[in-house]
Amino acid sequence: MLIQSLLFVVLIVGGTALISWPLGRYMKWAMDPSDPSTGLAGWKTRAFRAVGGPLSAQDQDWKRYMVAMLAFNVVMFSVTFGLLALQQHLPLNPDAKQALEGSLIFNTAASFTSNTNLQHYSGEVSLSYLSQLGGLMWLQFVSAATGIAALAALARGLAGRPLGNFFMDVQCAAFLVLLPLAFVLAILLVLGGVPMTFNGSAVATTLEGVQQAIARGPVAAFVAIKQLGTNGGGFFGPNSTHPLENPSFWTNMIQMVAIVLVPMACVWMFGRIIGRMRHAGVIFAVMMAFILVKITGAVYFESAPTQAFANLPIEQTLGNLEGKEMRFGPAGGPLWSVLTTSTSNGSVGAMHDSLNPITGLMPMIGMWLNATFGGVGVGMINMFLYIVVGVFIAGMMIGRTPEYLGWRIEAREVKFALFALLAHGLFILGGTALFAATAWGTDALNNAGPHGFSEILYEFSSASANNGSGFEGLGDNTAPWNIATGIIMLLARFIPIILPLAIVGSLSAKRRSAESSGTLSVEGGVFATMLAATVVVVGALTFFPAATLGPIAEHVITMN
Amino acid sequence: MQSFLASIRIALATMLICVAGYTTAVWAVAQAVSPDTANGSLITGPDGAIVGSRQVAQAFTRPGYFWPRPSAVDYNGAGAGGSNKSPTSPDLTDRGQEMVDRYGATPDNPLPADLAAASGAGLDPHISEAGARYQVTRIAEARGLEPARVEALIRGAAIAPGGLLTRDRIVNVLELNLALDRL
Repeated sequence: MLIQSLLFVVLIVGGTALISWPLGRYMKWAMDPSDPSTGLAGWKTRAFRAVGGPLSAQDQDWKRYMVAMLAFNVVMFSVTFGLLALQQHLPLNPDAKQALEGSLIFNTAASFTSNTNLQHYSGEVSLSYLSQLGGLMWLQFVSAATGIAALAALARGLAGRPLGNFFMDVQCAAFLVLLPLAFVLAILLVLGGVPMTFNGSAVATTLEGVQQAIARGPVAAFVAIKQLGTNGGGFFGPNSTHPLENPSFWTNMIQMVAIVLVPMACVWMFGRIIGRMRHAGVIFAVMMAFILVKITGAVYFESAPTQAFANLPIEQTLGNLEGKEMRFGPAGGPLWSVLTTSTSNGSVGAMHDSLNPITGLMPMIGMWLNATFGGVGVGMINMFLYIVVGVFIAGMMIGRTPEYLGWRIEAREVKFALFALLAHGLFILGGTALFAATAWGTDALNNAGPHGFSEILYEFSSASANNGSGFEGLGDNTAPWNIATGIIMLLARFIPIILPLAIVGSLSAKRRSAESSGTLSVEGGVFATMLAATVVVVGALTFFPAATLGPIAEHVITMN
Repeated sequence: MQSFLASIRIALATMLICVAGYTTAVWAVAQAVSPDTANGSLITGPDGAIVGSRQVAQAFTRPGYFWPRPSAVDYNGAGAGGSNKSPTSPDLTDRGQEMVDRYGATPDNPLPADLAAASGAGLDPHISEAGARYQVTRIAEARGLEPARVEALIRGAAIAPGGLLTRDRIVNVLELNLALDRL
């Protein structure tokens, strides 16, 4: 079993890393062609300017770029809010889905606008096909495109060039990057057996004569962009554990590749735009190291049987099978749980609530760091924040002015970076503390003891990391949960996009100096170590006390 | 204000292409190349009525059928879900005990774990090959068949879901039960 699991992990992670290289090259062309006015790139520029209007033809400074991004996101939120609120009156509703409750509509619109896809509803129970496709799947395209656009702007700024134009960037990302990838993936999923129909539920009479309604729908199209855009919101309630959302070992494998593909390629795109591929390689290696540690932990701890059956005559040679599918093999569930939380995807291939305690800690660590590949575009932006802090600390240690790519990092930039990083901790720990201490949280629990605490901690981690997975036993479709996580998702989405842009704005006002032998090189092992240490200290240690109360305490209980 | 105007234009364009165009294209390809799975892998009986989906578990309780894994949602194909019970949950131990009792498992003849543990969606169409073997005696007795015939059926139906990447073989419960009815 060990050899198969090892081969499985290497194939998926290594294979995706290989494909990400050419994709990063293509994304550089799509987002930032070296000559945007001639040839194919010129044609594309003219077409997207025609769509976006006069405002998409000018260079924007960081403030204008931000305003454009926010305006577009307000439109995204409003349109989807309207579609969800009116779904019972609109077409494409063959199963006659009814009206949704107000706070749930707010939560869902916020969730998909912020690329989180936290779902306090169950798709096949509550939503019409129009809500799923026109509202949620649309946001899965454009929210992911927003992230890629923001990264392109950040990289241009660091390269000492104008940031570009948001209205142009968001179209490049949606039409040239995400759309073709999603189409190819959707067809592969169709070939793998995923349904794609506009017919409503089928009603079967089983062999024992019972009626069984079988929900289906336009699943393949939805699942493709759900995975590629680090969205993660499932068509069906139990996400990619559902046999119609993920019918076989092979669709499971393809979906895992799709989860990490674009986040990996974003690092290469960043490197190409700033013109420093060796530097991008170092960042990629640091991210990869973190992801491999988490995978090893998850696969190892999940091969242990579930403690719940320990004293029963049950043969648990395959590890903990609660919440898992037989067709994915023993490593499928834990590997997925790490990939989906290291990127801010949040789809699930096994029920995280039923994972063994330390396995369940690995997804939480992924969401706390939120930069070991991270969400499309925003994962690399988060890593930029860690870089700013890391470079600053290193500069202090060696007693020289901290510089990154020739830009002097000073108090203002570090304040912005630390504020963005610490806001993440504040949202998670503050929210968890409030809900763990009140009936808002304790009434919603599905498990008692430390695991109940973990359910609350996980939910806030997921909201603030814009992840969207959950310890789904939590009864979180209540007004307090919907409102609290809705607000956190929006703040945690836009603060770490706006502040990095502000940092770049502040840097570009300075004079760039040439890198000298006295500058900390960003291309070697020293930098990699420094960066990894910063990620651990700032990203992980903040949460260590909370981890002790939740998964670690639960693990200690199971040892008896 | 101008920003909103540009945003609305792009919103309309992305809706038109990424939602309407994309969905229609995927749908057209799916219905053309694989209409069976594109519509949910439904199986129809001799009278043309739908008996279930090949990919979705359904309830079996009669002794003459293979039983699927337990389901936290009672095999509800229109409202799937898992138990979400943690390894320290007494509820999960209770369910384990219930399944042990139902199958009459003993320490000398322990129950394969997949028959005690619910899947993520509660609709897992498969059980392990060992889980199918575990039920042979009961089924053979209920149907008055030679156990060897049931064993042979299992051997013929078992697949390694990931080829060389998986060691343990699994069987599809509904297909196996349809084959039993055809014997």
